[in-house]
Amino acid sequence: MGYDRKIHFVLLISRQGKVRLTKWYSPYTQKERTKIIRELSGTILTRAPKLCNFVEWRGFKVVYKRYASLYFCMCVDQDDNELEILEIIHHFVEILDRYFGSVCELDLIFNFHKAYFVLDEILIAGELQESSKKTVARLIAAQDSLVEVAKEQESSISNIIAQATK
Amino acid sequence: MALSGMRGLSVFISDIRNCQNKEQERLRVDKELGNVRTRFKNEKATHLMFFLFTLTHIRIYGLTPYEKKKYVWKMLYIYMLGYDVDFGHMEAVSLISAPKYPEKQVGYIVTSCLLNENHDFLRIAINAVRNDIIGRNETFQCLALTLAGNIGGREFAESLAPDVQKLLISSSCRPLVRKKAALCLLRLYRKNPDVVNVDGWSDRMAQLLDERDIGVLTSSMSLLVSLVSNNHEAYWSCVPKCVKILERLARNQDVPQEYTYYGIPSPWLQVCLILNISIIRWTWICPGSYSSPSSMGLTIIVEQLEDITVSREVKTMRALQYFPEVEDPNTRRSLFEVLQRILMGTDVVKNVNKNNASHAVLFEALALVMHLDAEKEMMSQCVALLGKFIAVREPNIRYLGLENMTRMLMVAEVQDIIKRHQAQIITSLKDPDISIRRRALDLLYGMCDVSNAKDIVEELLQYLTTADFAMREELSLKAAILAEKFAPDLSWYVDVILQLIDKAGDFVSDDIWFRVVQFVTNNEDLQPYAALKAREYLDKPAIHETMVKVSAYVLGEYSHLLARRPGCSPKEIFNIIHEKLPTVSISTIPILLSTYAKILMHTQPPDRELQSQIWAVFSKYESCIDAEIQQRAVEYHALSMKGAALMDILAEMPKFPERQSSLIKKAEDSEADTAEQSAIKLRAQQQNSNALVVTDQRPANGAQSAGQLGLVKVPILSNAVRFSSIDHKITHGQDQSAAERVSHANGALTVVDPQPPSTPSPDLLGDLLGPLAIEGPTGAAPQSEASVASGLEGGVDADALAIAPIEEQANAVQPIGDIAERFHALCLKDSGVLYEDPYIQIGLKAEWGGHRGRVVLFLGNKITSPLNSVQALILPPSHLRMELSLVPETIPPRAQVNVKLRLPAVLNKFLQPISVSAEEFFPQWRSLSGPPLKLQEVVRGVRPMPLAEMANLFNSLNLIICPGLDPNPNNLVASTTFYSESTRAMLCLIRTETDPADRTQLRMTVASGDPTLTYELKEFVKEQLVNIPVPSRPPVAMPSHIQPTSPPPSAISDPGALLAGLL
Repeated sequence: MGYDRKIHFVLLISRQGKVRLTKWYSPYTQKERTKIIRELSGTILTRAPKLCNFVEWRGFKVVYKRYASLYFCMCVDQDDNELEILEIIHHFVEILDRYFGSVCELDLIFNFHKAYFVLDEILIAGELQESSKKTVARLIAAQDSLVEVAKEQESSISNIIAQATK
Repeated sequence: MALSGMRGLSVFISDIRNCQNKEQERLRVDKELGNVRTRFKNEKATHLMFFLFTLTHIRIYGLTPYEKKKYVWKMLYIYMLGYDVDFGHMEAVSLISAPKYPEKQVGYIVTSCLLNENHDFLRIAINAVRNDIIGRNETFQCLALTLAGNIGGREFAESLAPDVQKLLISSSCRPLVRKKAALCLLRLYRKNPDVVNVDGWSDRMAQLLDERDIGVLTSSMSLLVSLVSNNHEAYWSCVPKCVKILERLARNQDVPQEYTYYGIPSPWLQVCLILNISIIRWTWICPGSYSSPSSMGLTIIVEQLEDITVSREVKTMRALQYFPEVEDPNTRRSLFEVLQRILMGTDVVKNVNKNNASHAVLFEALALVMHLDAEKEMMSQCVALLGKFIAVREPNIRYLGLENMTRMLMVAEVQDIIKRHQAQIITSLKDPDISIRRRALDLLYGMCDVSNAKDIVEELLQYLTTADFAMREELSLKAAILAEKFAPDLSWYVDVILQLIDKAGDFVSDDIWFRVVQFVTNNEDLQPYAALKAREYLDKPAIHETMVKVSAYVLGEYSHLLARRPGCSPKEIFNIIHEKLPTVSISTIPILLSTYAKILMHTQPPDRELQSQIWAVFSKYESCIDAEIQQRAVEYHALSMKGAALMDILAEMPKFPERQSSLIKKAEDSEADTAEQSAIKLRAQQQNSNALVVTDQRPANGAQSAGQLGLVKVPILSNAVRFSSIDHKITHGQDQSAAERVSHANGALTVVDPQPPSTPSPDLLGDLLGPLAIEGPTGAAPQSEASVASGLEGGVDADALAIAPIEEQANAVQPIGDIAERFHALCLKDSGVLYEDPYIQIGLKAEWGGHRGRVVLFLGNKITSPLNSVQALILPPSHLRMELSLVPETIPPRAQVNVKLRLPAVLNKFLQPISVSAEEFFPQWRSLSGPPLKLQEVVRGVRPMPLAEMANLFNSLNLIICPGLDPNPNNLVASTTFYSESTRAMLCLIRTETDPADRTQLRMTVASGDPTLTYELKEFVKEQLVNIPVPSRPPVAMPSHIQPTSPPPSAISDPGALLAGLL
């Protein structure tokens, strides 16, 4: 059914084949996940530049785009609109860019968890959840501040405890 | 460099990055895993003491929340690197119930990354997730909804759906929670529509549409799409609202700035709105009663298209494709105007994103044009546009151009216009991008017909030599299919296949070369040509083994047709083929031997030198270790000594029964056949496929026959025959030509899928043994009833054979050999003689795999006159499903016989051996604790046999002995798997304890996951142990020994015996 399409998974792979983010919206076992990553990095990373952004894979289509040293890949059904998925990838990248301020691979390595937070605000269940970059940025900022506040509280508590046990 | 904010984590990541190689990385990871594991372990130990210590102790013995968080992140990082993280899931899940946001957040994210919906650990989390959903903290609610939305399975749907529904419609919840609730519900509903109760949700959804927040609206709309697609009628009340929102968005642009995308107000929301309107309208069209709101919706949709740009249009047009048709002429006209504008007015711009976006719209417009069944002119425009696209530089557009052109092939009237672009498409076959090459191949394959087959197939063949390995297999298969389907003439077909074998022999399956042999055999005018071609290929250095096979076969049959040409004397042919012999594998040698025998036979007058050369080859292989080669060498040697008699045995192969190509069959399963005018098809139609093939049987000995013409009625093998039996015919060239005279008919039947043994039936085994009745003309219904009865009893004694002479008692026919014994032998192997009497021999050849099998019965007439009105009536067994092919009507009568036989379609044929280790065996054995899953019985009256023989018997029943599992050397432990159509493979375990003092009894324990299966397997094994006849000779003995009771009428070459040899 055309209207029940969704993204099956999202992969971020570096040019060296290191996985930087994986998100699975369809159930795959651990073994399948490893196999998919291996197969796809084998096909996608070896593709020369200036080829098209689509790879046919086991009856699905993987739409990918390279941004600097990172490949962003999303797997969809065969009859989905490839160019549209390419736009969702771009949407994701723009939001990351805005959040990190000119995002680079290192940001995503050391803050891989943040990338997950961002993705969770954009996609749920393989569907686009939020199309406003500003809203996503606001929600992530709110989460960050919650974490900060908790950290401060904690450190003040541990200060108290530390002083009490001196 | 932005740091993670957790020093330990950053240090670890840096360490990993600094590793020089994979080995160092592994060491670092192992160290970290060890560290994390110890920390978690200690924490568990101190968990219980938590309450006993004061708060300060937490820092000493337990992990601080910060540490715990850090370790769980490290786990996720290690997991992402591709290492197995087989512990700590519990810790990650337990963080979900942490009281503070930072830990909770980590718990949720890591859990949803590590686990999938089928993971057991997820169950533990359900309660915590639910608590967060029904709790008051909205940030917690968001986390919980995201997890359930991303990996929630059935149990989540069962326990969370009502709460999620409440959140979605709650007026006190903020939008950020509700939009997540909508998508979470979408996932739960999509996966388990039966669990999530949406009765009465149409009103709720209508209320939701009043929502002002665009995020919530977007998500709700996705949910609505899913709900509506499941049940159109219920949601019609939402339509006017959808239309209203659409108007608001499109006309008033009443949208916050942040929700515009490339200047368009909330495209995704509009998309969903339109989608909904369209789906709902789908149902309206039938009753026709709601035409006014729907046409209003449609008008708005069409207007939407007017303010062009991005992906909103994509979905808009996709949505329009759900309309069966657009009725209103005005709407239709304006719609086409818009489409026309899109098609013609989309320019290529510099900005890549913008370009992608506008082309996404354009391709969707193309799809819509196809869907709307536009006028031919518009379709032609589309094709012209696509033709432009496939030649542009931008690869995405080239790819999509080819893809959409393939879709366009569905429209019959533009196929000719597409063909105009053939040259460009063929160029795309050489594109540097494999994705594009694949599309081009698909398109060429789709557009091929008789008119262009020659060009396209030759192009494919040329490309084959340079194509990458990833594509060769597909390429050669497609070329073979096209060549067969659209061959303008048959010699071209032979050329193509030979070229295919030459260029990509490794990818040419046996099916393909069998097929070419079949055509050559059946078409006399093709034979000299094929022989000549084969001869030419043999001159090439280093040819593929498949080429050796085809050439040898064809030259063996038809090289005498070339005799006058230079280089084609029997001797030269022999020499050139014989040169290849040292290079070929065991499977090819038998074909070469047959060829030699045929060459020898065709050499008239005999050439002594050639003869001695060939005899030398035969005698060399008479001691070959491979049984097939050895047998052929011996037989050919002996036969060729006989001189004139050779002529008979080695006569030319008869025509093959016309049958559908397995390749074409494969191809046709997925597509409609467009090969109406193909030469091969025409041939097939001209030659009555049920043709009477007249074979000139030369009298083998003067006294025997007065030069009878054997009329052979070749049965059509039904399409149900899954595996082509041609392999069998070809590789047994000589046998077949003999057998052809023998098996004046051959019928094939495809058996059987056992149904699951889940319905307990004590008769399972009996039912598996479908009786076969071969009746004379007067055989009628009562008899078949009788056969059913005997079949159900499944007796193997004299009852199993009922010879019922129908008209003359005197005509009673005595079977040769013990039928029960033959049956038993066939239980253990897959080919042999099932029944034999002086007149008829029934051979059986079976292939079994998993839950299905194919059984071919060879009905051989042993006398020289025909047997009439042969009927093979297979009584359908209740636990098997049968597909029967046609049975020949004629094996003309000398005797009227009614024989009822059991077919050896018994339990063990559906078993596949599996050997289990002790670690696998014992838990399974123990878990099947007793009746009815595990049954034990003391069996008496066992035919005494040494333990090794019993082990062999088990092995031949596909019950594989697992040595070393039972410490007692007198016990046998065996395992196997049972296959049926609707169950998975089921493991069965058997233990027999024998008594060395008394070999006639033993104790047997059988266990499996199904009570019926256990029972039947026990009974079956018991039957085998008790009843097994002592084979006084191999069940299929040397031909000359097989008829002790009545010598066959034909003394020189007993057809029955030959048939037996064939099997």
